[in-house]
Amino acid sequence: MKTIAMILGIIALGLTVVPPILFATHSLAEPAMKRLMLDGCVLWFVTAPAFMKGGAE
Amino acid sequence: MDQQSATQVPDSPQHAGDEFERQPVPEKARKGSSAFWGMYAGEHTAGTEFMLGPLFVSWGVGAFDLIVGLLVGNLLAVLSWRFVCAPIATQYRLTLYYQLEKICGRNLVVLYNLANGVLFCFLAGAMVTVSATAVGAALPNISMPSFQDTMPTGVAWCVAVVILGAMMTFVAIKGYGFVARVGHLSAPWMLLVFAACGIVMMGKLHSTHIVELLTPAPGTQAKIGFWGVVCFSWFCNAAMHIGMSDLSVLRFARKPSYGWASSAGMFLGHYIAWICAALLLVYWVRAKGADPARGVPPGPMVWDAVGWAGLACVIVAGWTTANPTLYRAGLAFQGLCPRMSRTTATLIAGALCTLAGMFPAVAMKLLDFVGLYGTTLAPVGAVILVDVYLADRCGFTQDWAQKTGRGFNVAVLLAWAIPLSIFYFLYLKYSIFPSYMTLPVYVLTGGLYLVLAKAMNGSPARTR
Repeated sequence: MKTIAMILGIIALGLTVVPPILFATHSLAEPAMKRLMLDGCVLWFVTAPAFMKGGAE
Repeated sequence: MDQQSATQVPDSPQHAGDEFERQPVPEKARKGSSAFWGMYAGEHTAGTEFMLGPLFVSWGVGAFDLIVGLLVGNLLAVLSWRFVCAPIATQYRLTLYYQLEKICGRNLVVLYNLANGVLFCFLAGAMVTVSATAVGAALPNISMPSFQDTMPTGVAWCVAVVILGAMMTFVAIKGYGFVARVGHLSAPWMLLVFAACGIVMMGKLHSTHIVELLTPAPGTQAKIGFWGVVCFSWFCNAAMHIGMSDLSVLRFARKPSYGWASSAGMFLGHYIAWICAALLLVYWVRAKGADPARGVPPGPMVWDAVGWAGLACVIVAGWTTANPTLYRAGLAFQGLCPRMSRTTATLIAGALCTLAGMFPAVAMKLLDFVGLYGTTLAPVGAVILVDVYLADRCGFTQDWAQKTGRGFNVAVLLAWAIPLSIFYFLYLKYSIFPSYMTLPVYVLTGGLYLVLAKAMNGSPARTR
């Protein structure tokens, strides 16, 4: 479970940074880039708690 | 600007304030290096980074000055953590407050707490302001402040700030642990959002030539140059490294070499994030004709660059860093009145923070404010440094207050207040960039303490 969450987390980070690169190289339209980044944001906050240690209080 | 916690234990489920407050951290409670690398990377990627990068552009800072100046300044900051703060932290393993109390007495620590608490409130207020610009980007009815605004821009703006401030205060009182966890989890994602902003801006500007992009328009009068950038990036966290606030964190480190972990925060948060954030304003100036002096609030710039993910980042970055700051301000106020409950203290801190957040002055003058913050608090680190390394050699009593049982060390008060008074006079009269004064004030405080401690606390006969 933790491994799956970690893989999804890495994908989420990829969705945060790869679409802007594709946009900058004119391989992806701006609305699609923003949509994919939002997907990455949601996916990260869903999966990260499963494999990352929490912060200190 | 970072949000280094004076009371935070890296990667620990417990608050540092709950244990080892008045004793050295024992061997079993010490942490591995990875906890510190993660903590520093997360703590120094804050909402205010979205302000600082554009403010450099607004100030007309040249490309070389920015790129190389930040490199040098951040390197000096890392060296300060490693060679000034970490050795003392791992030698004595005490919090700043207890280390200070042993030297200057409990009553003077109260004064330090007051300064600390008030400055924390203003810093948290700046973060509320930054977060409110993200709300404003989604709600066009809100009139956004420019870099030149110092007063609230309208009722809708005040309402947005009050709602955000109230929510942050409520969470600081009730659910701080949750926000700390969200802050920790969001750190890697936030950093990539900063990077994404920079990449998108390069795409929109059709150039990857960073130096060319960051070069101001011909004829732009820079407010600060290379050394201004160096001093700012070195001293924006002066209270934490040379000011020794991070004794409270690094006392959990197994070795002083863990001080190198601060490089994660400096070179990711204060280098890459600042430059990426700077590119946001460069784009608005070049492509949308924005006036660099008036600037553009972070919310609309990030919204335009990366959409909802960006707005989420601005709010999360502001929120997760404002909450620990509010919490610490509450603790500082509680230190002033020990009978006051933490809830009441945090409420007072939250009210002050929200009020400060309504006035864009702090956020929009963040380059100045951060310098004031560092210059005011850092000098107590010089007192600790002199006390630890020079007391025996120069013949005055180390840990004077503890050994004499006194509650107030006048030598420390004078050594701190005299240079600081000179600094505030120069700042108010001549508007000197505060970060230029941090090191002189620090050195003067250390020198004065050496002389005064030798004169007032030197003789064993005067030591009970």
